[in-house]
Amino acid sequence: MISLSASELVGAQATPGPTAAAAAPTGVAIRVQNVHITYRTSLQKNPTLKSAIVRLGRRERVIREVKALQGVTFDVPHGKVMGVIGSNGAGKSTLMRTVAGILPPSQGRIEVNGRVSTLLALGVGFNSALSGKENVTLGGLAAGLTRAEIKAKYEEITAFAELEDFMDMPMRTYSSGMYSRLAFAVAVNMDPDILIIDEALSAGDAHFKKKASDKMQELVSKARTMLVVSHALGTIKELCDEAIWLHKGKLVGRGTPEEMISGYTKFLQVGEDAITLEDF
Amino acid sequence: MVPAPRGYPPGDPKAEKEPVTQAPSSARQDEYLGEHHVYEPHKAGLPPLVPYFRELWRRRGFAFELARTTMHAQNTDTVFGQLWLVLNPLLLSAVYYLLVDVIGGGARGKDPKSFFALLTSGLFLYYYITGAMSTGATSVTQGGRLILNTSFPKMLLTVSTVYTAFRRYLPTFAVYLVIHILTGQRWGWHMLWLVPIFAMATMMGLGLANMFATLQVYFRDTTSFLPYVIRIWLYLSPVLWTIDKIKESKTGLYHVLYTWSPINPMYGILGAQGEVLVDGRSPSWDLLGYGLLWSLLLFVGGSLLFMSRERDFAVRL
Repeated sequence: MISLSASELVGAQATPGPTAAAAAPTGVAIRVQNVHITYRTSLQKNPTLKSAIVRLGRRERVIREVKALQGVTFDVPHGKVMGVIGSNGAGKSTLMRTVAGILPPSQGRIEVNGRVSTLLALGVGFNSALSGKENVTLGGLAAGLTRAEIKAKYEEITAFAELEDFMDMPMRTYSSGMYSRLAFAVAVNMDPDILIIDEALSAGDAHFKKKASDKMQELVSKARTMLVVSHALGTIKELCDEAIWLHKGKLVGRGTPEEMISGYTKFLQVGEDAITLEDF
Repeated sequence: MVPAPRGYPPGDPKAEKEPVTQAPSSARQDEYLGEHHVYEPHKAGLPPLVPYFRELWRRRGFAFELARTTMHAQNTDTVFGQLWLVLNPLLLSAVYYLLVDVIGGGARGKDPKSFFALLTSGLFLYYYITGAMSTGATSVTQGGRLILNTSFPKMLLTVSTVYTAFRRYLPTFAVYLVIHILTGQRWGWHMLWLVPIFAMATMMGLGLANMFATLQVYFRDTTSFLPYVIRIWLYLSPVLWTIDKIKESKTGLYHVLYTWSPINPMYGILGAQGEVLVDGRSPSWDLLGYGLLWSLLLFVGGSLLFMSRERDFAVRL
């Protein structure tokens, strides 16, 4: 049972620890203040006018309101790596998309200082009929980069993804590993101040995994700010300075990765009812 | 020790204008800016408009690039692709000319040559507007991953389809100019009126694209209805018939059509273009007025609808 309210958590954070003290106004990369995300979504895969008309007489509801985040507050100082853990449906991906500016909050406020690059669960390339090169260019332009910036990064991206021979081929010919390699290469090579990564570190084969993990370490050592979602708790422990734990849209706790992970694992083992989350 | 924040050297004005409590009004300006972002709930569902359109303009390169790659993928940038772009509407005008003028016994009120010029010019502009509308309708649902992963003004997608429609319209306009010469229509300064008329058509096309792109997100079968809408709308618009012709009828279907024509958004634009190109004179003010009114109405209405639903796109796709 969760009995810890958002306001209590805000109160808990008001007593600044060593990291919070360093996070003076200019030192905060990401500040999330009492953010609520509510959206309505259709239960149908393909909502059609025809089915809407057919449904009229039946008074059937196919719209569901989702309260994905409920009063989440935290901040990430510049140069820190923040891990986000939680079960499926905890609101982790929604949080990532909100911080990336894709989903504006229903309530609350988010402030992000710095250039953001995202590596979200769905990867790069929105049109599989277009080539890898065209997808990279279009993605970059949509994200607000200039042609010159994209051109400057392009060689680096293809070399990192090891896809030099494939960039002019339509992306529908790519394997799923190639897809995720390209996505990872684009995200990390855009020279971001803030990198938002959602469950995407498992890209490619063992060789590429090693390369990706080295690159991540490099970015960490260059003092980039990161927000990392992963179910691989080892990754969180390895990379992150701090972690937050989300459950059903609410912030359960914030602390060192070790604390959060041990709490989360215990919680997973004993189940929701047997444990009061106030312990964390 | 916390490393120095990257990108904000001491004394950087950017770093200094980030107080803990920033006034919401000034913060709202920053939603799409590169370095400092503030995301807050949208008032009445609408994003802050000034930064929205500023960013739309700044990222216009995306719209052009998307149009270019789309046309490349559809092979419309090859010689035969271009030829098809010309041939298709030309054959279509031949079919309609045959239907209306030859089989229909001349529902024209003009000499055959002038009627052919009127028919082709009207048909080409009509298909420019409805082409923007029908390809624009699927632009958001096909933008899938990009919409789920990237924060950008989504109207770039519909702007891109309007630009594609424009690129497809250009060769047909060149063909019309040839027809203009061959059928012996007048040239003159009055033809400058084509510029505002075309601008109105573009606004209307973008407005309709925004409107139908939004509908398509909620009802995925919207595009299945569109071909019928486009066909019926064509018959109700002054393309296959002339305004002069229906003006004369005091009773019957033509009379009803004439009475209700002002509520047809295409009426003003197509009528005005016909007057400029075939009657060889400046368009009448009432037609221009209807055209301007409808294009503004559809542009503003369609765009507001689109922007107010934009947040939903990311969760509905």
